[in-house]
Amino acid sequence: MKEIISGLNKIFDSRIRLGIMSVLVVNDRVDFNTLKELLDITDGNLASHIAALEKNGLIEILKQFIGKKPNTRYAVTEKGRISFRHHLDYLDKLLKSQGV
Amino acid sequence: MYLKVLLYMDSNQEQIQNLSEIRNLMERSSRFLSLSGLSGISAGIIALLGAGVAFFYLDYDERYFSINRYFIDKLDLFFQSKIGFLIADALIVLVLALGSGIYFTTRKARRNKLKVWDSTTKRMLINVFIPLSAGGIFCLALLYNGIFFLVAPATLVFYGLALVHTSKYTLPDVRILGISEIITGLVASFLVGYGLLFWAFGFGILHILYGAIMYYRYERKTNLSVHNS
Repeated sequence: MKEIISGLNKIFDSRIRLGIMSVLVVNDRVDFNTLKELLDITDGNLASHIAALEKNGLIEILKQFIGKKPNTRYAVTEKGRISFRHHLDYLDKLLKSQGV
Repeated sequence: MYLKVLLYMDSNQEQIQNLSEIRNLMERSSRFLSLSGLSGISAGIIALLGAGVAFFYLDYDERYFSINRYFIDKLDLFFQSKIGFLIADALIVLVLALGSGIYFTTRKARRNKLKVWDSTTKRMLINVFIPLSAGGIFCLALLYNGIFFLVAPATLVFYGLALVHTSKYTLPDVRILGISEIITGLVASFLVGYGLLFWAFGFGILHILYGAIMYYRYERKTNLSVHNS
């Protein structure tokens, strides 16, 4: 239990990472620019958060070519979907237990 | 562990904000939210005008007819001389309705500072056009085979199916409009002589009705707050 909570904390601590996950759980595949516009952040910032999520196995990177242009899209993994849902459930319970 | 809970208690407000941000991002990234109720109202008015033109252009016999007369008296022969005008009328209605829809939707997106053309727009349009183009080709087949009396019901049914299918990708109210269009089309396919009236009801009255509901539900408040600020 303790492990799960601390693990969740580390990964979903950042609002940007939370934001990336929110977008990916409701969309099959999302490309870099769409994420960037939705979250309104810089390239470097988004790239580093994406790398962190990928390293933890929560999202996967799908590379393809549109004509000759490389196009990178992201999708949530099964592990990512489950951890995100747990995180939301946890937040929900926490807020309810505080009578909010 | 206790420390963590304490930390969370302090950041309760922050967590609530996070949750609402999550919800907002989920909505904004997966649904096309700029669809304006006004575009429904204007499309409905244009459809009623178009139906009115057709109504007065046709003779009394042709406005409503019984299916027996259609086959026995070859009512289709009368229609064939007028069918060019009716198709032109329908195409003009389609172009004007689409144009006004694009206008009001662009305006709403600009007011809410959302992009008009993004991945949600693309996804919504692709999903609208698959069932709609199937319906369009099917109606061309009906015309080609001289089965004019089923064209109006078929346009209503296919349009309704397209809306139900697309409602996942835009405002959820579109689903109820779609179901109403399907029912209208199915009733019309049994009462075939009254195609024009059902068509005017489905594309005119229903659009105005649901457009008004959507406008009051989603846009009136935001417009008021824009004016006040």
